[in-house]
Amino acid sequence: MQLGTRRLLDRAFSGLGITSILLLGASLLVILAPIVVRGLGAFVFGGTIEHRRLMLEKFGRGDRAQLDAQIAAAKRARQPVYDMIAAFEKELPRLDPARRRELRTSLKELEERIAILLEPAPGTSDPVLWRDQYGQTRWDRAQVKAHDVLFAEQYDYTDPTQMGKKVWVPRAKEFEGTCLAALFPYVQDNLDAMLKPRTTFYWRFLLDKSHDAHFFGGVGPEVLGTLYLAIGSMLFAIPMGVISAVYLVEYASEGRLVSTLRTFINTLAGVPSIVFALFGLAFFINAMHVSESKSVLAGSLTLGLLVLPIVIRASEEAIRAVPQSYREAALSLGAGKGRTVLTVILPAALPGVFTGIVISMGRAAGETAPIIFTAAVSMGNPLGLVETLSQPTPALPWNIYNLCTEHEAVDEIRHVQFGMVLTLVTLVLLLNGAAIVARARISKRLRA
Amino acid sequence: MSATVDVPLGRRIRPSRRPVVVGGTKHHVEAEAFSVFYGPKQAVCEVSLGIRAGHVTAIIGPSGCGKSTLLRAINRMNDLIPGCRTEGKLMLDGEDVCDPWIDVTSLRRRVGMVFQKPNPFPKSVYDNVAYGARIHGLRSRRRLTEIVERSLRRAALWDEVKDRLRLNALGLSGGQQQRLCIARAIAIEPEILLMDEPTSALDPQATTRIEDLIGELRGDYTVIIVTHNMQQAARISDFTAFLYEGDLIEFGPTMQMFTSPTERRTEDYISGRFG
Repeated sequence: MQLGTRRLLDRAFSGLGITSILLLGASLLVILAPIVVRGLGAFVFGGTIEHRRLMLEKFGRGDRAQLDAQIAAAKRARQPVYDMIAAFEKELPRLDPARRRELRTSLKELEERIAILLEPAPGTSDPVLWRDQYGQTRWDRAQVKAHDVLFAEQYDYTDPTQMGKKVWVPRAKEFEGTCLAALFPYVQDNLDAMLKPRTTFYWRFLLDKSHDAHFFGGVGPEVLGTLYLAIGSMLFAIPMGVISAVYLVEYASEGRLVSTLRTFINTLAGVPSIVFALFGLAFFINAMHVSESKSVLAGSLTLGLLVLPIVIRASEEAIRAVPQSYREAALSLGAGKGRTVLTVILPAALPGVFTGIVISMGRAAGETAPIIFTAAVSMGNPLGLVETLSQPTPALPWNIYNLCTEHEAVDEIRHVQFGMVLTLVTLVLLLNGAAIVARARISKRLRA
Repeated sequence: MSATVDVPLGRRIRPSRRPVVVGGTKHHVEAEAFSVFYGPKQAVCEVSLGIRAGHVTAIIGPSGCGKSTLLRAINRMNDLIPGCRTEGKLMLDGEDVCDPWIDVTSLRRRVGMVFQKPNPFPKSVYDNVAYGARIHGLRSRRRLTEIVERSLRRAALWDEVKDRLRLNALGLSGGQQQRLCIARAIAIEPEILLMDEPTSALDPQATTRIEDLIGELRGDYTVIIVTHNMQQAARISDFTAFLYEGDLIEFGPTMQMFTSPTERRTEDYISGRFG
């Protein structure tokens, strides 16, 4: 081949390699950037006076005297709204009957919207759910709800060949000519004064338990549950995996049995996680009765089983890579086989074993399917250590799925969903980061 | 298995059944019609010889002649190789080391070994030397430190590493690593020191230091050294055994071997005509 052609091929090859790596990086960025940006919305957001009121009344956080002054100011700003409604109710009987009936329905709807935006109207009975007791706590949601106050949702069916088209009709037009017409410009102009948004840093999102179906509060139990499951699964997978790998490399004589075993292990690594989940349910819970029903223990066992092939394979490779001369040296000094494994081979193989642990820990923390049947519930309190033996736990991966698909008000809690995703990604990165740092330190100690 | 083997040059060599006795009467290691097989292949053929205590014995011969196999049989390192078996007797102080019931661990404690390539553990210098003592149950820090210092001094390495005992042994030079391996081997106070081409991976300067060290160890240890290097055998050994294709061709005092060998093959090999 010509030298020029060869150079060109070389260059084309490295160009291809760099391009694919860049593509990978770009796609990661495309996925991660929105997650980070929107996920941060769970921690940093415009919190309204309602948020501060909720924090004070339900969590006991904040300065009561200062808040009382703010609430009083907000109440003053809101008073004209209620005054205008009261005036309109007096005006209503004087209108002609057809319009009266129509406007009475519209008023009811308007009052509901205002209650959602601000808070239940003074004098109405106390609602049960937290979400009904307070107005909008987040400024971004408040603007959406303010839009609902100003505009009514209607469908345009004029074109019979098309599906009904959604149009927003200003309510001000509906109430034209009544004393309520002044309410809409007032709400539009004074939203700020009525809700007093302020940039809020809610770091306790990580620790608080959720309230009212994740409408309020944080993801504390989910974070704890995920940690329990990731660490618990490692408690099973690491000893079993490393011991299996030691057996396969150091003790088992190469034969049909061992090669069959190895094939099984490789096959297990490819089994879908939902199959492991069913196995966990059938074996650990129904057959072995490790717990009455779902529990962290059963979930950890199932996850441990799921990542076991990864741990075995990584450890096997690492142990195989330990130079034979180390074994000979240890044996020639009178060490037995077990002693050689414990004092020389495993320490030398530790970085490689750690790699397997890193990968499998990330996998265990993020797996959803296995814990659906064995460990996860959508709501719960943070568990104590002893309770993990018998109690199920909320966990980030399962709750992300749950909140995005099965929640009664998916749209209202987008920030929680993204916050959870961000928390999970960060958690996995942190776990991996810690393991990588540990691995690097061990490697450095092993090398000169 | 036939006791005779065809060799080129048309001569039949009949290995002696009677141990070759050289010098004094106390034999530390004694082989009687000792053979080693790798599966169907015979690597050592009915070798009989007696190795005297406190002397340096060199085993020479061309590549693949079974000298390493013979050496590794003495501390049972051949056990690591699947399909390896032995015939005949290999006695250490009158005890057969090939007996499957002997305690291999205590055998290896009596028979230390230094390998072709320096193979320190990826641990600190201190931990390397203390390894043997530790696995044999010594826990006292003071005793361990004593042993480490004494062994390193004995291996002529102390002055070079005394300030870096806690650093990784892999940071030492090749020659230092090999002396560290010798220190590690003598730290458990073996009676015999097996050396499998200990200088073949080292530069001439490091080789000289190791050879000097072997000279110093003479008398305290029975040293058996396998070497490719004839000059080295001549320089450092008291006795030399010449192996060819698994057979022991000649065994005797080194001076005699190198000046007036009785076998023609020995002469040919020593003078560099083959091998």
